[in-house]
Amino acid sequence: MNEVARRPGGRFVPLAIFAALVVFFVIGLVWNQTHDARFVPSPLIDKPAPAFRLPRLENPTQFVTKADMLGKPYLINVFASWCFACGDEHPVLMAYRDKFGIPLIGYDYKDAPQDARAWLQRHGDPYHEVITDQSGDTAINFGVYGAPETYLIDAKGIIRYKHIGPLTPEVIAKDLEPKIHALAQEGT
Amino acid sequence: MNPELGQVALILAVVLAALQCVLPIIGAWRGSKPLMATASTLAIGQFVFVALAFGILMWAFWTNDFSVAYVAQNSNLALPWFYKLSAVWGAHEGSLLLWMLILNSWTLALVALGGKLPQAFFSRVIGVLGFVAFGFLLYMITTSNPFLRLLPAPVNGADLNPVLQDPGLVFHPPLLYMGYVGFSVAFAFAIAALLGGELKSTWVRWSRPWTNAAWGFLTVGIVAGSAWAYYELGWGGWWFWDPVENASFMPWLIGAALIHAQAITDKRDGLRAWTLLLSIFAFAFSLLGTFLVRSGLLTSVHAFAFAPSRGIFILVYLAVVVGGSLLLYALRAPKVSGGKTFALASRETMMVIGNLMLTVACAMVLLGTLYPLVGEALNIGRISVGPPYFGPLFLILMTPLVLALPFGPLSRWGKADLKVWRRALIRIVALVVIAGIVAFALGARGWYQLLGVSAATWVMAGVVLFAIKRWREAPRGHKYPFEMLGMMLAHFGIGVFIAGAILTRSMSVEQDVSMRSGGNVAVGSYDFHFNGVTETQGPNYQAQQGTVVITRNGRQVVTLHPQKRTYSGGQVQTEAAIQAGVFRDLYVSLGDPIGDGAWSLRVYNKPFVRWIWGGGVLMMLGGFAVVLDKRFRLKRAVEPETARAEPKPELPRKLAEGEA
Repeated sequence: MNEVARRPGGRFVPLAIFAALVVFFVIGLVWNQTHDARFVPSPLIDKPAPAFRLPRLENPTQFVTKADMLGKPYLINVFASWCFACGDEHPVLMAYRDKFGIPLIGYDYKDAPQDARAWLQRHGDPYHEVITDQSGDTAINFGVYGAPETYLIDAKGIIRYKHIGPLTPEVIAKDLEPKIHALAQEGT
Repeated sequence: MNPELGQVALILAVVLAALQCVLPIIGAWRGSKPLMATASTLAIGQFVFVALAFGILMWAFWTNDFSVAYVAQNSNLALPWFYKLSAVWGAHEGSLLLWMLILNSWTLALVALGGKLPQAFFSRVIGVLGFVAFGFLLYMITTSNPFLRLLPAPVNGADLNPVLQDPGLVFHPPLLYMGYVGFSVAFAFAIAALLGGELKSTWVRWSRPWTNAAWGFLTVGIVAGSAWAYYELGWGGWWFWDPVENASFMPWLIGAALIHAQAITDKRDGLRAWTLLLSIFAFAFSLLGTFLVRSGLLTSVHAFAFAPSRGIFILVYLAVVVGGSLLLYALRAPKVSGGKTFALASRETMMVIGNLMLTVACAMVLLGTLYPLVGEALNIGRISVGPPYFGPLFLILMTPLVLALPFGPLSRWGKADLKVWRRALIRIVALVVIAGIVAFALGARGWYQLLGVSAATWVMAGVVLFAIKRWREAPRGHKYPFEMLGMMLAHFGIGVFIAGAILTRSMSVEQDVSMRSGGNVAVGSYDFHFNGVTETQGPNYQAQQGTVVITRNGRQVVTLHPQKRTYSGGQVQTEAAIQAGVFRDLYVSLGDPIGDGAWSLRVYNKPFVRWIWGGGVLMMLGGFAVVLDKRFRLKRAVEPETARAEPKPELPRKLAEGEA
């Protein structure tokens, strides 16, 4: 490792790596102040949601399928007990679960069911129904990058909106609620 | 006492810090004795004012002075007195003040114990510490003043976050900060060596006890945090790869690498440049942790409330301190680096393997922790990678380290000795096989349990063989100097930790049950009998308290009282009830009522979970033991009496090193 110091220029490698890291942090800070976990176009928007058949968290012998959910719009919220950003989002979901006016389905992603149950028990359960995807296979079809993510799916099973990162009151007021209202009007 | 006095004390401290940074360094550069002599005085002065500010804030908490905004946000009339005092460091501003107080305490310790260091070197070290303090104090008074008034003062405070109302919080942050900030001493030594162009690597020997002490504190701080999570988060887990846990784990990994690199540089004069770099990085990661937690860049259970200006300030500070140090390294390293080389099958090689694995593991943790930021930069959104990423990768990286660990102490400095290795390997494998058979006879089944026993025995057997070797070969009275004792304690602690981590994971029985009063559930060989829930009243909370009687073979073991508390602020907090034991913990946590008088409960039997922290405590003791070694006692070469006393202890020690 002393060779690093003997080669001219090699000595500057740690400094260069650190400089890159700082640039990265600056981008992060600037991003933080100018963005708020913004809408990212997904190739699946306005396309049918993938078919799924996933066990319920409360009773793993029962399954929920896409066909079961057809007929009314609903929200899918991807979360996991290991996901700390989900902890940030959680109070928002608790506050808004009844204001959405449509079911909020929890999608427990790559998580041990007992951990998820403990997490919900500890913080409170904002969901009308929780389905589990331990392997994460179905999540690939949904195009899940990580947790948390939220999908709005209409009565015909088409994805109408997707939000990556924690939902905030601002995002809900600016993006999500207008979309839900629009769906309700389409329905009538 | 008037909180504004605290503010004034901080402003005076920042002025003294600026002087402490400038005067001694100029003095060392110019060779001016009067200027260098200011170092100690300024450091003591700064300590006095920071301690005064800290005392004033503590007094404000003690007297419920809710006209201080920070007190109003973090305390309450009904809060028990010990939490009132620990609430001083319960949030951002106060914990920074604690950080400062600890930095000043380390500096003060250096003033008290380092008086025999060469004056120019000592002045530079104190100057560098002054610079570190200056940045933090400036940060405090410009963005995070703990003494801001809230007028009109509220009648009662908002109360301390209930998650933090636990004995763990009283100790966890101070210990952790002792570790974080302690690395500033090793950092200051390295920078002073670079500034002064130290040609010999004696400065590394001076730096070693400080590094070991800091690492010991960091270890026990992390242990306290892990135990706190186990009790207070109510999940029965002990490590979550939370960004803030990672922030403390990264300097720990680098610190562990640094301890070993310093030993090589001190004894064999090798790896000088690497030691310099690690000294810088250990402290850089401490600062990085502070930055990540307090800038709002990452979210976690520990995250502090943040303002954008705070993030920018720390980032600039981090860039100046670490960037400046690395630039200094790049410019000056050729002068102070160099040193001896060594053969492939030597003790140095084993230690370098360990160093590489620890550093790479640190990089892996850094990448995983920053993943949400990477996601943003690549515009795919803020997402986290959790244990599915960290767990397997960490295991893979630590495997070579664990395999190499017994052979480090057993091999010789500098040159190859394959015969020694072969003999040791045969003995260690034999011990591992015996331990495996014993475990199997005791009922261990499943490859994961056997793996745990084998890995732990592998490490411990290495320590035992080394102890026997020293007993046989080393001269009487010098069989186990403190430095070696520390190494043995810490390495043995790693074995204990491995046993705890793997056995807990593979043998725990966890059940989520719903029970009515009078219900029973069997967990392994234990019967848990639920006697219903009653209401009780704490000082600042209402609790629903369950009663669970645990029996084994009809004999009562213990009665546990898990609680679900509702604090005065409305927050709900579960308090698990635990019966701790050397070989197993019985753990009950109370969930929600499910109607019909039934409650959901989590009941665990967690074997060997205490070994995880027991191993950590052994590692801490190891770090502290090294500090006591005679090798590190400073002596003034000119004093005749010490010179006379010197040869006796020194001679056999040097002999011993060559052989060991």
